Amino acid sequence: MSVLVLAEHDNASLKDATLNAVSAARALAGFAGGEVHVLVAGSGAQGAADAAAKVEGVSKVLLADDAAYGDALAENVAPLVAGLLANYDAFLAPATSRGKNIAPRVAALLDVAQVSEILSVESADTFTRPIYAGNAIATVQSSDAKKVITVRGTAFPKAAASGGSASVEAVSGAADSGLSSFKGAELTQSARPELTGAKIIVSGGRALGSGEAFTQYIDPLADKLGAAVGASRAAVDAGYVPNDYQVGQTGKIVAPELYVAVGISGAIQHLAGMKDSKVIVAINKDEEAPIFQVADYGLVGDLFQLVPELTSKL
Amino acid sequence: MKILVPVKRVVDANVKVRVKPDQSGVELANVKMSMNPFDEISVEEAVRLKEKGVATEIVVVSVGPAQAQETLRTALAMGADRGILITADGPTESLGVAKLLAKVAAEEQPGLIILGKQAIDDDANQTGQMLAALLGWGQGTFASKVEPSADKVAVTREIDGGLETVELKLPAVVTTDLRLNEPRYASLPNIMKAKAKPIANKTPADYGVDLTPRLTTLKVSEPPKRSAGIKVKTVDELVEKLKSAGVIA
Ligand SMILES: Cc1cc2nc3c(=O)[nH]c(=O)nc-3n(C[C@H](O)[C@H](O)[C@H](O)COP(=O)(O)OP(=O)(O)OC[C@H]3O[C@@H](n4cnc5c(N)ncnc54)[C@H](O)[C@@H]3O)c2cc1C
Ligand SMILES: Cc1cc2nc3c(=O)[nH]c(=O)nc-3n(C[C@H](O)[C@H](O)[C@H](O)COP(=O)(O)OP(=O)(O)OC[C@H]3O[C@@H](n4cnc5c(N)ncnc54)[C@H](O)[C@@H]3O)c2cc1C
Repeated sequence: MSVLVLAEHDNASLKDATLNAVSAARALAGFAGGEVHVLVAGSGAQGAADAAAKVEGVSKVLLADDAAYGDALAENVAPLVAGLLANYDAFLAPATSRGKNIAPRVAALLDVAQVSEILSVESADTFTRPIYAGNAIATVQSSDAKKVITVRGTAFPKAAASGGSASVEAVSGAADSGLSSFKGAELTQSARPELTGAKIIVSGGRALGSGEAFTQYIDPLADKLGAAVGASRAAVDAGYVPNDYQVGQTGKIVAPELYVAVGISGAIQHLAGMKDSKVIVAINKDEEAPIFQVADYGLVGDLFQLVPELTSKL
Repeated sequence: MKILVPVKRVVDANVKVRVKPDQSGVELANVKMSMNPFDEISVEEAVRLKEKGVATEIVVVSVGPAQAQETLRTALAMGADRGILITADGPTESLGVAKLLAKVAAEEQPGLIILGKQAIDDDANQTGQMLAALLGWGQGTFASKVEPSADKVAVTREIDGGLETVELKLPAVVTTDLRLNEPRYASLPNIMKAKAKPIANKTPADYGVDLTPRLTTLKVSEPPKRSAGIKVKTVDELVEKLKSAGVIA
């Protein structure tokens, strides 16, 4: 069973989400003793390809280097992948915004039903995946000859980023589809760790009341802990923090060592994104708040008093 | 420009579903059903484009059981013009739904198809992308801003690192994210008016689409339970617990 993994990268380097997907691919390839290859589609992406070649368990890297792939437009990348899949049994993409954009387009081009956000590989054709905001786990079996799958990063360990010595082979596809073009990006600038890979996350909710309060209360605590900052949907909708801070069913899925929820009630949709964290701390003034049902340590009280105290005592 | 909006009937976002004891699925009997929240955002966007004079007609389509008619009525009450109900008993997978929607698009010739980014029941996040692939159109997924012009649409997308903007040739597929708009509530007069708006009844066979599932659900189980921990009284006690748990130094 040979498996092709879509690399998540910024041309210069490889993103960690690729490493989780490689682990899932190795589990899948293992059922029939096949190889795991990684596709780096980008522009000036030799750096990312070289990094992918060092990942443990990867036996070949395919590098599609073309201006048309630089911005990861699904209209351009999906036909490239669909063409390459003639030689593979399965395609795995990390369930990032990029992977989720591209993989279903690949699936439809190949007339395959995609299995979304797998949590485990049970056999060569059977996987588990969350449904209903993680309130149920479905075990699904795919009858398609080729599998198209997205991988939930928090469910698989990271493959070692070094130790491998794969070859890098150049490949090409039709390049520009002419359907879409990239106009620009407004990326959130932050010196903090990335939310999905962070060991510690401090998240704030509606209770903060303003963007200034995030800066004044959440940021110093996060800085003390070396943590990433997250938020509930309510805090994002209110404009306190950018959209990419949202943790939850329809935002980012995280599973850090420590998750500190500050002024977050614990709605089903929020829990769906963080309940697999190792240790959960909740600070909330309402002792009945549902977040306490999943918190290892709950502190009942006013965040505006408790958070500065906690920050000063760390 | 005509806009096509696919809407799905799903378990209401406020319901905490339960897994059936025999692990055959989740308990759906007597559970409140609603329009998928992302689809409300799609309908709202289409209605706003019509109010701005960009859209001329809004057609809503749903694939599902007979009761999906209620979902279509909700969309009509929000301002859509007419509905298409494709009755499908039993499971429908995204790929099958996308194939049906592609046939509807071929008939209706919309300039824009606006879907939700994900349905909150199956959380698949794939139907829009699949539909775009089948039609050979561009896709603007996870949209937080949609700005159509004569032959193009600029779509600002919510991505992992922030926002990005792509420009797509029309016709195109857009999938909506949470920040695109705040959907309106239908007013009582509009709910009454919606009752008179037409809904065409179709079946998958009318479109010649085979919905045979490719995925078999072997079982549905409960996720591992997290047991509630303890309440600490003071910040000092919290710090001490975190230290002994080894999560902070
Ligand atoms: C389709 C859909 C998708 C969604 N996706 C997501 C998602 O991905 N992520 C997500 O987070 N939500 C999501 N939601 C929203 C979710 O249902 C909740 O509305 C949201 O999580 C609530 O955010 P919150 O906890 O910050 O606000 P609230 O529920 O308002 O909670 C605020 C909490 O702060 C506490 N508080 C107030 N003042 C203080 C104080 N001074 N000190 C301490 N505590 C205080 C209150 O007791 C309360 O518990 C989604 C909803 C829908 C319908
Ligand atoms: C009674 C019933 C039982 C089911 N049982 C199973 C099962 O056992 N196993 C299984 O794998 N699947 C089952 N499904 C189907 C499952 O819900 C599909 O995977 C689903 O139709 C497509 O995935 P999604 O809703 O998560 O799509 P997403 O890709 O998450 O949806 C995105 C968007 O696509 C559009 N859309 C999606 N579906 C429809 C629709 N039906 N009509 C109109 N627009 C739509 C909407 O705009 C939606 O916002 C069942 C469905 C029903 C009705």
